[in-house]
Amino acid sequence: MALLEVDDLRVSFPTPDGVVQAVRGVSWQVDTGQTLGIVGESGSGKSVSTQTIMGLTRGARISGRAVFEGRDLLKLDREELQKIRGAQIGMIFQDPLSSLHPYYRVGWQIVEMIRQHDRDISKAKAHARAVELLRLVGIPQADRRVDDYPHQFSGGMRQRAMIAMAMALNPKVLIADEPTTALDVTVQAQVLQVIRKMQEEFGTAVILITHDLGVIADVADEVEVMYAGAVMEKADLQTTFYAYHHPYTEGLLQSLPAYGGDRDRLRPITGQPPSLINLPSGCPFHPRCPYVMDRCRTEVPPLASVGATAGHLSACWLSHDMPARNELRRKVVGEPLPVQAEA
Amino acid sequence: MNTSTAAAPAATGTDGDVLLRAENVVKHFPVLSGKLFRRGDEVVHAVEGVSLEVRRGQTLGLVGETGCGKSTLARCIMRLHNLTSGHIIFDGDDISTLPPRRMRPYRREMQMIFQDPYGSLNPRRRVGSIIGDPFAIHKTATGQERKRRVQEVMELVGLNPEHYNRFPAEFSGGQRQRIGVARALAFRPKLIVCDEPVSALDVSIQAQIINLLADLQGELGLTYIFIAHDLSVVRHVSNTVAVMYLGKITELAPVEQLWGHPRHPYTDALLSAVPLPDPDKSARRERIILAGDVPSPILPPEGCQFHPRCPKARQECVDREPELAPRLGDDRDHLAACHFPVEDGEDISQSRPSLAVKDRIVESGLLGDS
Repeated sequence: MALLEVDDLRVSFPTPDGVVQAVRGVSWQVDTGQTLGIVGESGSGKSVSTQTIMGLTRGARISGRAVFEGRDLLKLDREELQKIRGAQIGMIFQDPLSSLHPYYRVGWQIVEMIRQHDRDISKAKAHARAVELLRLVGIPQADRRVDDYPHQFSGGMRQRAMIAMAMALNPKVLIADEPTTALDVTVQAQVLQVIRKMQEEFGTAVILITHDLGVIADVADEVEVMYAGAVMEKADLQTTFYAYHHPYTEGLLQSLPAYGGDRDRLRPITGQPPSLINLPSGCPFHPRCPYVMDRCRTEVPPLASVGATAGHLSACWLSHDMPARNELRRKVVGEPLPVQAEA
Repeated sequence: MNTSTAAAPAATGTDGDVLLRAENVVKHFPVLSGKLFRRGDEVVHAVEGVSLEVRRGQTLGLVGETGCGKSTLARCIMRLHNLTSGHIIFDGDDISTLPPRRMRPYRREMQMIFQDPYGSLNPRRRVGSIIGDPFAIHKTATGQERKRRVQEVMELVGLNPEHYNRFPAEFSGGQRQRIGVARALAFRPKLIVCDEPVSALDVSIQAQIINLLADLQGELGLTYIFIAHDLSVVRHVSNTVAVMYLGKITELAPVEQLWGHPRHPYTDALLSAVPLPDPDKSARRERIILAGDVPSPILPPEGCQFHPRCPKARQECVDREPELAPRLGDDRDHLAACHFPVEDGEDISQSRPSLAVKDRIVESGLLGDS
């Protein structure tokens, strides 16, 4: 049994314009010390799914299960969930400035977090723990900076302070929702290294949500590709990048500048992502798919096992036999699969 | 003051190919002191003596971390800021001190595309009228003629001309950025400054806009200054790239030179920090993780500004500022401002700074001692 297991999660929001189907049947699981990468574009439902299991989506219609250590998080009441949130499952968000309260000192906010879950700890002890945490995430002169206000921190330091806060109670799971998107590449490298180090040291399970395939390649063990609220493909890191099956995964990788050898043209995915109120019939990706067949327009493909790699799932009607799929790829796209570099 | 030719075409000789030249551009912003409304003596050194050239039909990429002055430099080039000192020579004319009225004809020839396609379009105005603004401002076309020209440019950027009367909210992010491009193109300018034009867009849409910009460059012979923090995008679109750090250019080189033989340790660190969408390459790469943060541009470090974070820093880097010059026998067009440039194949991730500067780097704890 996995540490955290999400099963057929569905989330929708009733709005005056219609029901927004943000998440439509998502399943995944993470184990201790493992990193699950969830990748997708805006509106793919990648953030909503994790926010929902943390009880952060108000006014949503929710179904499915999210089992953490034998308990279904979706069935817990507010108080019980509050005990788990922060203490057992930590979260960091994209924008560290709006996640820290501007009126309170950084250290105070970490202390508050610790004392909220552990009433018995003394103020002095909690304060010392805050300093230790800030030092751990690489804040210089942590004993002095602990009394700074968030605006006195740079963007990278704020994000590191957020990680310190999320790790304060040694959570078993860390959900990082676009943790480096607002940061410069140099700072991004620092933050990713901190997350990796934390994971090595404490065996935390990490769920990393991002739109950046480069970040995924850097840290993930397993990858789930989402589109229009549903999982398109799921596989281990190597398979996702070198032996993918789903045309959407292919499109994402192809549209990156680093992938195409041709300097002049990129290969974008044509068209626009669909509206989550009026989803296309059949496969949600069919209006943009270069391989579209008649069947794709009417029947929704199930997430099914493809190829020879265990645990490689793809929601696509194309041949599940990888050599046949690659042959088709050569015909339609005219390029061989990216070759895995020799070790 | 109004002599329109440059004070002195540089020693390299006049080059008809150069559309834009910046000479020693300096931009300081005064810092408000604690006392209300009183200006203190402190200034932010946003751009500190930048010189560069952009050739006709080419793309200059500007990269660097937040606050390095790349956007300010672009705004100085566009004369959206007045320069503190230095010269901007556009198409052979020195425009650095022109008053607004005389600047106007040049404004038609240089346009800008902004990062946020949501924030840069007025939500209450119809798309046709937004794109038609340049014609209205410069009083060049009215009525049916304006509509015709707006629809022409809409078609050029891949928008449906029939959507002339729609509002920005009816368009997706990628389409909105096309509206921004259309507005910039209305007068068929010579130079377009693209300030993070694709950063707010999804990956699959980014590629559409980058292709569009490339097509337009080919069709209309446009010259671009392209600012982006995504280095793989910059690599894809640029002919030449300037790396900026704390208001100065630290390295300037043709794109493949820069990626193939980065000379400045900062460039090396920046390139090595780019996440590669390729797990094997990513795993094999030596990553140079810079300690600390960018220092304050109010009190930039002495000597080489990068020395407090540089893994190769020595005493000389504190004492003397390196000039931007070819290093290690590079060609004339590959310039780096570094006393101890990175050699081909050198791995600076293992380098440690020597001498007095050492303490200032190691204080960063975790990242320094791994």
